Amino acid sequence: MAEKLLMKGNEVIAEAALRAGCRHYFGYPITPQTEVAHYMAKVMPKVNGTFIQAESEVAAINMVYGAAAAGARVLTSSSSPGVSLKQEGISYIAGAELPAVLVNIVRCGPGLGGIQAAQCDYFQACKGGGHGDYKNIVLAPSSVQELYELTVHAFNLADKYRMLAMILGDGMLGQMMEAVEFKDKEEIYSADKDWACTGTKMQRESNDITSIYIQPEVLEGLNRKLQAKYRQVEQNEAMVETYNCDNAEIIVTAYGTVARIIKNVIKMAENEGIRVGLIRPITLYPFPAAAYEKYAETPEAFLSVELSAGQMVEDVRLAVNGKCPVHFYGRTGGVIPSQIEILNEIKKILNK
Amino acid sequence: MKQLDLVIAGFGGQGILSAGKLLAYAGMLEGKHVSWLPSYGPEMRGGTANCSIVISDEPIGSPIIDYPNALIAMNGPSLEKFEKKIVKGGFIITNSSLVEGRSMRTDVEFIGVPATEMASDMGNLTYANIIILGKLLGKTGIVKKESFEAALKKVLPEKKHYMIPDEMKALVMGHDI
Repeated sequence: MAEKLLMKGNEVIAEAALRAGCRHYFGYPITPQTEVAHYMAKVMPKVNGTFIQAESEVAAINMVYGAAAAGARVLTSSSSPGVSLKQEGISYIAGAELPAVLVNIVRCGPGLGGIQAAQCDYFQACKGGGHGDYKNIVLAPSSVQELYELTVHAFNLADKYRMLAMILGDGMLGQMMEAVEFKDKEEIYSADKDWACTGTKMQRESNDITSIYIQPEVLEGLNRKLQAKYRQVEQNEAMVETYNCDNAEIIVTAYGTVARIIKNVIKMAENEGIRVGLIRPITLYPFPAAAYEKYAETPEAFLSVELSAGQMVEDVRLAVNGKCPVHFYGRTGGVIPSQIEILNEIKKILNK
Repeated sequence: MKQLDLVIAGFGGQGILSAGKLLAYAGMLEGKHVSWLPSYGPEMRGGTANCSIVISDEPIGSPIIDYPNALIAMNGPSLEKFEKKIVKGGFIITNSSLVEGRSMRTDVEFIGVPATEMASDMGNLTYANIIILGKLLGKTGIVKKESFEAALKKVLPEKKHYMIPDEMKALVMGHDI
């Protein structure tokens, strides 16, 4: 381990990508993630990489498609309205089975919305967003250190499954500074990208990267292949943190920065003799359903706390499968719930 | 002090965010757990700036401070905005050169430091934030002066390292007041 550094979340994303071997970044600035591009603009030329501030988000995601098709490790980053613009490209990347990493430092919506922290893009990230039957791997870090580790992991997962892997954070995580400890050497998944368009040199058949399949049977074949791949991802790649769940009266579930507020709430509740557990999904897709199944009959109730009007709670309900009541508490528009507010909600549910 | 939950607030340009960063860096260099969370958004444009700093012996849960035990208010509006939030028994340090009067609170300690005047006497107004931090260090011992000096070396670009002796002089002035 090298020395500890105090760094901003957004800068750590860029540094992690570089350490993961990413040498291509295409993006378009938008608050609150612009520091990712700043950092890349500074460093990429020094490492013989490519930094392009594209003319739009649509251009940026199609540059990502191109670099990925050539076998490069490639990153783009944006925030909610910008990620909406990228959705067509994301769907094409899924159809062409290209590995790429996208960062969404979510801001509050809908529409142009505001720039404060939110988790209102869970559906967009996990349930499609673009057209067609496809999935992205979605990772939800809750600290700057985890932002580093999961960004490197995202590149490995993308290459392993030839999928788009997304980092879903919020403005707090992007803007805050915490200590980060980089490893001397990253573990890099080495993929044999024999499918990539790297030039045949007249020595092999040409590779074809496309998402257009006019023949129904052929396209259904691709869909079957994609779905089989997604089942593999669901089986192998779910990540979750469970905390204080054994004997909990109520299990709160939250991801990202909200999960950190919950850890403070757990301490406050302890002082009042209330046992609160936490299930924190680290991967949102694949959703760590097994953790909920395991504890489904332990508590009196579950409570999903989100910076949204209720999105992840749907997956929680599916995982708990009616074995226990699942409640929801959320704030929107960039409002962050206070600890006392959440504790009061817990007490209300437990009739205390 | 086991955990400092500090809000630093003032005008944009008073070095609010960098003061917080220096303090957090010094804490980290002492092996403590630290977080620095800036206010970002529309309020930054020409108006007030603030940041939340947690320095703790234990791992930090939320970087958002609901219950600060310390406030540094570099101007009047900042005192007005944040004094209500300080926990009973906490303390407020103001830049008394710019903040008229005292806190409305009677259950927190109130310390006025004429930081802008002191900095002006030193010939550099931008040291006001460092003088105030000096007072915080003197009062709480949350980080050592030596750690702060080490943090300056890490945070300031090399070409500004010539300023470090003066910055440390400002820190000691605040520390000993």
